[in-house]
Amino acid sequence: MPVLLKILIASLLINNIVIMRFIALCPYIGMTTDVKQSIGMGIAVSFVMVLASTVTWCLYSFVLAPLGLEFLQILIFILIIASLVQLVEFYLKKSAPALYMAMGIYLPLITTNCAILAVTFDTISSGYNFIESIVYSLGTAAGFLLAMVLLAGLRQRIRSSAVPQFLKGNPILFVLSSLIATAFMGFAGLIK
Amino acid sequence: MNKALSVFLRGIVIENPLAIIMIGLCSSIAVTTSVANGIGMTAGMVFVLLCSELIISLFRKVIPGNIRMPIFIVVIAAFTTMVDIIMKAYFPDLSKAMGVFIPLIVVNCIIMGRVEAFASREKPVYAVLDSIGMGIGYAWVLIGMSLVRELLGNGTILGFQIMPAGYQPVLFFILPPGGFLVFSLFIALNIALRKLWLRHEASRKGGA
Repeated sequence: MPVLLKILIASLLINNIVIMRFIALCPYIGMTTDVKQSIGMGIAVSFVMVLASTVTWCLYSFVLAPLGLEFLQILIFILIIASLVQLVEFYLKKSAPALYMAMGIYLPLITTNCAILAVTFDTISSGYNFIESIVYSLGTAAGFLLAMVLLAGLRQRIRSSAVPQFLKGNPILFVLSSLIATAFMGFAGLIK
Repeated sequence: MNKALSVFLRGIVIENPLAIIMIGLCSSIAVTTSVANGIGMTAGMVFVLLCSELIISLFRKVIPGNIRMPIFIVVIAAFTTMVDIIMKAYFPDLSKAMGVFIPLIVVNCIIMGRVEAFASREKPVYAVLDSIGMGIGYAWVLIGMSLVRELLGNGTILGFQIMPAGYQPVLFFILPPGGFLVFSLFIALNIALRKLWLRHEASRKGGA
């Protein structure tokens, strides 16, 4: 199996960022009350994630590493993500108002989204090259969208079912996630 | 009840950051596969929370409102970098086990949330009390979860064999699905405790 396909499948299913690695659980629980909202958030995060990992990869490889400034990684990456989110917001407002209406409200929330920062660190610590890091961020972004839509869909079913009293509200969502995670563990055999 | 005490106690059960406000969840499930990781994560997290709240609270009058968010982020990132470097130097195994979750403290919503909602408006004394209270609330859920998961999933606590030799470890609890399940039970427990606490408070007020 080609390396790129392996990276894509691993980041999308086997190591799904939300369900198997527990990153970005806050939007996963907070933004999935309806399917439409979860898709909006998922797409906004995916967009910024791919953009951010591309920019931070270049910056790390061409600026930070040659200058021996690796210890500034955390600080620089979070600032880059914050300014990228601002830029994307300005750009969308001017040039694509329709798209801005659809995902604009989610953009400010993205700055402190753990998934994006985690992906930028992952690409550095796994030593991916430029193409691999883009594929990795694409796979992870798709995995995030998948998890959001899955939970949002299941939550609509929960509303009309009889939940034990002590699990009502948030606890049942985690029982649900536990079942989703069990299902996702089946993907582990996909790559030898 | 005076203000200092209520600020301190609030974070433990009534406004428990993990189980009631539901923020900063990422690390809570991921690192609780062993007690050592749970304690390490709690230590790092509480250190960053305490220092950031104190610093922001001390400087709250000179930080301009419009650009407060970037300033908060820089302060939090600076302390997170300290924790990251210290962990790498003195606890290399722990640092490796927790991997990306140490740098992720910087985007932990608990810290940002408390700094924005509390420390940027209140006196340093209250900010410190608030961070300690929130820290205890975070710690008991996190360490409690890691106790349950390590004991059932591995038969040990902090690496020492606790369960009898014949015990077959239930691997489920170490794996991701077990993490979600244990967390859901801890939320349920915290909600129950919160009800008890509020009822107790109400009855005391009624009595007085």
